[in-house]
Amino acid sequence: MVAAAEIIRLSLAVSLSATLLAGSLGIALAALLAMTRFPLRRALIIALNALLGLPPVVVGLALYLLLSHAGPLGGLGLLFTPAAMVLAQTLLALPIVAALAHRVLAAAWSTYGHDLQACGASRWHALPALLIISHRPLATALLAGFGRTLSEVGAVLIVGGNIAGTTRSMTTAIALETSKGNFTLALGLGAVLLGISLAVSASVILLTEDQRP
Amino acid sequence: MIRLALLFGLLATAAHAEIITLASTTSVENSGLLARILPSFTQTTGITVKVVALGTGQALALAARGDADLVLVHDPDAEATFAAAGHVHTRREIAWNDFLLVGPASDPAHINGTHNAALALHAIASQQTPFISRGDASGTDAMEKRLWRRAQITPFAPWYKEIGGGMGAALNMAAALDAITLTDRGTWLAFGNRRTLIELVSGDPVLINRYDVIELNPSQHPNINAAAAARLADWLTSPAGQAAIGDYQLAGEQLFHPSAVQILPKP
Repeated sequence: MVAAAEIIRLSLAVSLSATLLAGSLGIALAALLAMTRFPLRRALIIALNALLGLPPVVVGLALYLLLSHAGPLGGLGLLFTPAAMVLAQTLLALPIVAALAHRVLAAAWSTYGHDLQACGASRWHALPALLIISHRPLATALLAGFGRTLSEVGAVLIVGGNIAGTTRSMTTAIALETSKGNFTLALGLGAVLLGISLAVSASVILLTEDQRP
Repeated sequence: MIRLALLFGLLATAAHAEIITLASTTSVENSGLLARILPSFTQTTGITVKVVALGTGQALALAARGDADLVLVHDPDAEATFAAAGHVHTRREIAWNDFLLVGPASDPAHINGTHNAALALHAIASQQTPFISRGDASGTDAMEKRLWRRAQITPFAPWYKEIGGGMGAALNMAAALDAITLTDRGTWLAFGNRRTLIELVSGDPVLINRYDVIELNPSQHPNINAAAAARLADWLTSPAGQAAIGDYQLAGEQLFHPSAVQILPKP
């Protein structure tokens, strides 16, 4: 049994990296969709929302085939590494962050867009203000993405390989201990996972809370 | 982004150390054997072994794509097919133990103590006692299918439940449903949720479970680290490796019997 601390550290590092990646890409994509009009924009929005139901195990398998030595990206040597897990979780969290952030930014843009551009500012000059106005619901979108990355097991099991000390995350360790019939240990790890999720969401909520009484 | 950069940085440095990926059947990993014996291999050779634990079918499929440097599996038929496809450089037996039928202590099919697997399966089928099948193309699943074929029985739903899961999932379900299942002894001894499950049938020579280490054909898989993989295969079959395997005990029982005696000829 690899030290639990190592498993927790890996889970957090992978999930936070993936959330960061999915967050920046997702919010950028959401802003593009909310503030501009281009061909196939609606199709992209529909696709994004459909991908909310993306099965992790399918993402895992597709990514495995890409990263496998026999696959097109095999030369990168990413299979069975934490980086592959980050990639998988980013793909899973991206639609969640982008779809939720798009709703938020589209509403804010239709309310404030005109005013924000009133002083002659271009659309992209207005973006920081738009993000600041929307930071609370955007934080929720990021939390939803983080939740997906932290709790996901199907994809990271396939591309990470659940290798002790290298790619064993909290969720893959829970699945493993369950398969060994060690339910107490599995539940204990589950409780830690829940605790981490609680701590992260509490900090985000407190940080973005309205300070006025 | 810094974290990601760190991760990639770690990867870059890791590439210089000797690391090999071993696609292993779950039983040798989940029973704790590899975690016990591999550190002394790493200490002697400086080679770190990353173990990916999978069913035999999946382990071989992975290796066929060049995603593992070495394979440790337990399904002679699947291994022969794998060899016929040209993936195998050498195949050596390293250890054996046995499969056994486990089921509820109430023993509804009255098979407790039987040493004839075929007779036991006939009793199970005629009583339609719930039976959990892995159904995942693992080595244990292949053995179970062979046993039914040898007994000339075609098991059917609903008493025969194909769950498409690992050994642990099958044992958990058997414990929950008072059902019978076929398990390898290593996983059984290490399993923590037996509830009413007990050992019912064992000791039939057809229930022998042999574990083979397979070195992959480097001309088919030029990307693998064949030299380091060969050192692990050699160590597993060496007196030191064999002693380490034989010494491993769980709950006072020896899990694996070392049996490296021969090098099978190239296919």
